[in-house]
Amino acid sequence: MLITQLKSKETIEALAQGKTVIINCHGCKEVYFAEHEADELQKDLSGVTQIITTDYICNPDNLKLQLQKHTDVINAADTILVFSCGVGVQTVAAQFESKKVYSCCDTYPLPGFQGVTPLNVDCGQCGECYLNGTGGICPITACSKSLLNGQCGGAKEGMCEVDKEMECGWERIYRKLEKLNKLDNMKYEAPKVRNYHNPNAEEPTI
Amino acid sequence: MRITELFQRGEFVLTAEVGPPKGVELDHLIKDAHEYLKTRVHALNVTDNQSSVMRTGSLATCKVLKDEGLLPIFQITCRDRNRIALQSDVLSAALLGIENLLLLTGDYTTLGDHPQAKPVFDLDSVSLIHAVKRLEEGFDIAGNAVDGAPPKFAKGAVVSPCSDSVDVQLAKMEAKVKAGCEYFQTQGVYEPEKFIKFMEQAKQFGVPVQLGLIIPKNVGMCRYMNANVAGVHVPDEMIKELQADKEKTKAGDTGVEICARLIKECKDYAQGVHIMSLGWENRIPEILDMAGIAPITPVV
Repeated sequence: MLITQLKSKETIEALAQGKTVIINCHGCKEVYFAEHEADELQKDLSGVTQIITTDYICNPDNLKLQLQKHTDVINAADTILVFSCGVGVQTVAAQFESKKVYSCCDTYPLPGFQGVTPLNVDCGQCGECYLNGTGGICPITACSKSLLNGQCGGAKEGMCEVDKEMECGWERIYRKLEKLNKLDNMKYEAPKVRNYHNPNAEEPTI
Repeated sequence: MRITELFQRGEFVLTAEVGPPKGVELDHLIKDAHEYLKTRVHALNVTDNQSSVMRTGSLATCKVLKDEGLLPIFQITCRDRNRIALQSDVLSAALLGIENLLLLTGDYTTLGDHPQAKPVFDLDSVSLIHAVKRLEEGFDIAGNAVDGAPPKFAKGAVVSPCSDSVDVQLAKMEAKVKAGCEYFQTQGVYEPEKFIKFMEQAKQFGVPVQLGLIIPKNVGMCRYMNANVAGVHVPDEMIKELQADKEKTKAGDTGVEICARLIKECKDYAQGVHIMSLGWENRIPEILDMAGIAPITPVV
């Protein structure tokens, strides 16, 4: 089971830049989603042109279908804010390659049954979602070493040293940020260090 | 001595890599170091379970070399230790008078001889550099004060100038510099034009870079590196050169000539040379002679 917890209001307000489309995912019974709090928060956001509430956005085909009728408003948007687990955010980011897609939640694991999602390996449930700085590609799951500060240098022709069938996650992140004109995202103030004490659903620190 | 002092003095800094054996017989390594390296290179990199193959430790070997009057560089990877063990080993190095570090992320466990091992990667090269810098400032990475006078190191890292994604490498290099890296050693270079182009971009960071060289021993090794080793590409002409005179290549002379030529072609753009001889330490003096690099006065 997963818990998606909303990021702080200030964080989400800062992410909503320009015309903003919101996608809520209320799919899985196995994911606790802070529905009411999200509704309240979304009411106060400026620049929102559409709020889409749907389900199972982790399934790319389903996502495409669900968003078909909103194509125009999405094309006109500057930013897409996704309220879902980390898998959903990455599926949306992959579908809208040139859009700024941001995660508004942090995803934590709860012991027991994990949600049934076709791409569940894509979210490490680290509880400190990095997707907003990495172009919607997760460094925890897309990098074999789960590095947070850029590629290890082990990639050969873009493929990972650990799994030659897998693209280097950090090269994907770099190329995506390049496309979004967001390479400055990689210039951190201090290097990132993961908090392994954090994935703690009882007392989330973010 | 910290090798950063040599760079500051404007010296062309020479280093070579030595790998501890799988076992505790260091006689051979020490003998080679005295015979071939002591008056030819300023410092010796000691690898940390290179290629994820378990061997005698880098720190202990550094201490043995130091006691032998040689200047060691302690290579540390993030593969086998979490942040507690890494910082502890860095403090241990200071305690033993080891002042030179090369900080790396490390190869993945599955590449070595213990593929079942747990890969750690709690920190990575950038956050490890940051952690060492924090220790130098008197704090550990969790913000706790370190007792007494803080340690001081020469903090080095690696970069791949001939990577097929050199822009991504430059971004990472910048992150390392920002975290506190004071010198770089490069992955093996076989394409001077790529190295020179890289250095034109890298010089903006204002940090010295040593040209990395891997002695090409034979054609098979070059083909293997081209297929498997990240950031290394041996061009076809060089492979042909190794094929041309089989006896000469077998004797190691072609590889020595190639390295000497690479040094000559890149020398003006680098602040030193780092030679990874993979067991051919005895050929290093010849390479340096041929490249016109005179013996040095050993520093400790």
